[in-house]
Amino acid sequence: MSFSIGEFLRSLITLTIFDYLREIWADNMAASTIEALLDLIGILTVSTFALLIVLFLIWLERKVIARIQDRVGPNRVGGRFGVLQTVADVLKLLTKELLTPAGADWLAYNLAPMLTVIAALLTWAVLPFAPGVIGVDLNIGLFYVLAISSASVVTILLAGWGSNNKYALLGAFRSVAQLVSYEVPLVLSLLVPILIASSMSTQTLIAAQTVPFLLVVPLSGIIFFISALAETGRTPFDLLEAESEIVAGFHVEYGGMKFGMFFLAEFISTLFISGLFATIYLGGWRFFGIEEHATFGRLFGLIVFFIKMFSVYFVFIWIRGTLPRVRIDQMLDLNWKFLVPLSLVLVLVVAVVEKLIPAGTNAYYRAGVHLISNLALGFITLEILRRNARRQREAYEASLPASRPSEAEAIVPEAAH
Amino acid sequence: MLLDWQFIGIFLAISWIFPLLPVAANWVLGPRKPNPLKQQTYECGVETVGDTWIQFKMQYYVYALIFVVFDVEAIFLFPIAAAYGQLTLFAAFEVVLFVLILAVGLGYAWSKGALEWT
Repeated sequence: MSFSIGEFLRSLITLTIFDYLREIWADNMAASTIEALLDLIGILTVSTFALLIVLFLIWLERKVIARIQDRVGPNRVGGRFGVLQTVADVLKLLTKELLTPAGADWLAYNLAPMLTVIAALLTWAVLPFAPGVIGVDLNIGLFYVLAISSASVVTILLAGWGSNNKYALLGAFRSVAQLVSYEVPLVLSLLVPILIASSMSTQTLIAAQTVPFLLVVPLSGIIFFISALAETGRTPFDLLEAESEIVAGFHVEYGGMKFGMFFLAEFISTLFISGLFATIYLGGWRFFGIEEHATFGRLFGLIVFFIKMFSVYFVFIWIRGTLPRVRIDQMLDLNWKFLVPLSLVLVLVVAVVEKLIPAGTNAYYRAGVHLISNLALGFITLEILRRNARRQREAYEASLPASRPSEAEAIVPEAAH
Repeated sequence: MLLDWQFIGIFLAISWIFPLLPVAANWVLGPRKPNPLKQQTYECGVETVGDTWIQFKMQYYVYALIFVVFDVEAIFLFPIAAAYGQLTLFAAFEVVLFVLILAVGLGYAWSKGALEWT
């Protein structure tokens, strides 16, 4: 086995370490062993990245939320900006006592934090970071993501049920209702890019985006974003954790690193969903063809992808700092009475338009037709919503006694109480 | 093809390490002095009354049932969407009909009041 530093460094620049290793190992190892070893390296790289970036994500979230709320945020540990705050928190969690509450189902209680991290990590296998830099390009990539991420519902139910705590059980019920409901618009909105790209593989989806899909089918992107917010249980939809009503929901009985695992999984899957949004709707690592440049293309693609992923993540934090929590009936109504019908209609419209455009037309022309049909659908939806709201308001005003007109101008009451 | 799934297989086996390692470290580093008071169910200081594992709200089942309908639909729609470019106009029309039937199902559940949270 020959090894030269210079060659290795060159391989780092073009990010073809795998080809390089394949070459130098080819002499004294069987092909299947090499592939397994390379898989192992890939897995360790992806997982280590996903786990370590969480340290940064937690710091970023606290800092940004603090700024939005006109506070300073962490500013003691690790210099002026408190960069090492999360490290200190992890160390604190490591020295906490691990308890199993009385009456808890031991297996379910202890298995849940493990499985939730595994479910969050496994999805990273199909996230493309740069041209050729991907765990594995499965031909059913998006389907795989949906399958794995829906396993996290089970872990939440396990945690809530296993803790033998009423708050935890309530939180688990709520979260299962929420996650299961929002899976429907998520799946339906994902159908649209798959329909246009005619593939479920993440790499092919990126290759199909001459125009980023957010500009081709913006409605699908918006539906995906809202349901992704709900699927990761982030703030307008954080009923499953709702600190002020059910303490912390399903993980109220967890302490130390077992609690840390739930926290970790939440951040990993949120960043993954941001990455997935960047991949499907923002064109992933593509940036006006510069990433196809031979020497620095992969590195450039990686940077572009990271910028896109973290921009989406920033919007997640921004929304958390801006919106209040919704009630459970509002949350379910938004899903079943708005997002699901809308995404069903959207799938139909896109399917019909896709068939109406003659095959072999220019990609930009195709994108334009889709964009116009999407905007038209969006406009019709808004119009229906506006009329509904007006009808509700008028019905409310008519029900008021005539002698007190000042109350008629009050805001429309919430529909359900 | 099979090599692709080899990656997932190894990943699934390896990924157990990542949550197990920190929890094990915590188990080694943390104190171990359990007592009955500490292990009580946490309910803001009040002793817990009655059984936790009770029957729950019927409404959850209704949502779960509607979800199952749509999830089964998705399993059918994904391969169709992935091969949509090769479908004939007639097949595409059948897909539209399929989705419409499900939409009618949603409309029925809606009109029956199954989507009202009470």
